[in-house]
Amino acid sequence: MRFSNGVKDGLPIGLGYFAVSFSFGIAGSKLLSWPLVTFISMTNLTSAGQFAGLQIMADAAGTFIEMAIATFFINLRYSLMAISLSQKVAPSFGTFKRLLLATGLTDEIYALAVSQKEPVTARYFAGLMVLPYIGWSSGTMCGAICGEILPAVVTNALGVALYGMFVAIVVPQMKVSRSTLIAVLIAIACSLAFKYVPALSGVTVGFAIIICALVASLLGAAFFPIKDNVEKTEGDTCT
Amino acid sequence: MHLKDYCLFLLVMAGVTYLLRAVPFVLLKGKIKSRFWRSFLAYVPYTVLAAMTVPAIFYSTDSKLSGACALVAAVVASLLGLGLVGVAVVACVTVLGIDGIMLLV
Repeated sequence: MRFSNGVKDGLPIGLGYFAVSFSFGIAGSKLLSWPLVTFISMTNLTSAGQFAGLQIMADAAGTFIEMAIATFFINLRYSLMAISLSQKVAPSFGTFKRLLLATGLTDEIYALAVSQKEPVTARYFAGLMVLPYIGWSSGTMCGAICGEILPAVVTNALGVALYGMFVAIVVPQMKVSRSTLIAVLIAIACSLAFKYVPALSGVTVGFAIIICALVASLLGAAFFPIKDNVEKTEGDTCT
Repeated sequence: MHLKDYCLFLLVMAGVTYLLRAVPFVLLKGKIKSRFWRSFLAYVPYTVLAAMTVPAIFYSTDSKLSGACALVAAVVASLLGLGLVGVAVVACVTVLGIDGIMLLV
């Protein structure tokens, strides 16, 4: 679990982030100059959270309280991931290193780190976040600079890359684990309900995501608890 | 937008995000003993990503059709074994193709 292993494993995430943050840069360039847009990516390193933050900044009526609440709910999943990852790191991964590297805790980096067979070391985790961080920041910068050049049909297509990456993380696990498949389907059904059932449509997007994930994961844990000492095939108890 | 407002918004956004990541990461040093909570945490990343993708992907492009097709194409590409970037490219190309055709029609 060396630094170089992490850098290598982080390459596909970095490339993917470049494409995704490019579309964030394009969206941001409509409101802010490119250095300011880039600085958002350098300090946040979140996808959905930044997009929502940008919308609040663009809204003339947007307040700091609203920004804090929206960011809190949209990014609350990072707390769940941090708890989860804390179960997986090597004993040498101490407090100072955790404070320093916590920014690297994104959906994809987390998914990769937590799927490792060995305990995750600080060096490996630092290596893992290098290229995604560079990709995310430089992608935003490039997107913000050429935001005005590309036609809308191209920028729209690039915007869907984010979801493509999410699918690429979830589907392989659904394929090998029937219990994950069921949990994911529950989450999707719940998410659709928040969008299309009129009584539930008042719930904000960030809050809806949290509720869906909590409900589906709690049901999964209650009905399909993972086996003890089985790290790699977590969630698959349908034997 | 004034630079001062931008700085305050950024501070709030980045501060909240960092604390959400760092505080639980630092506080939890031991292993969670409960099988239930370990199972719960194992499911979280997949359920979060699924809820973020559906139905948001239908509204991320010019038409619901291209968004839905991108989702189907991404799932198929992933089932066929393509990786992170490969699946993202397939989704982008699908949207580009369908929205491109719609522009021409």
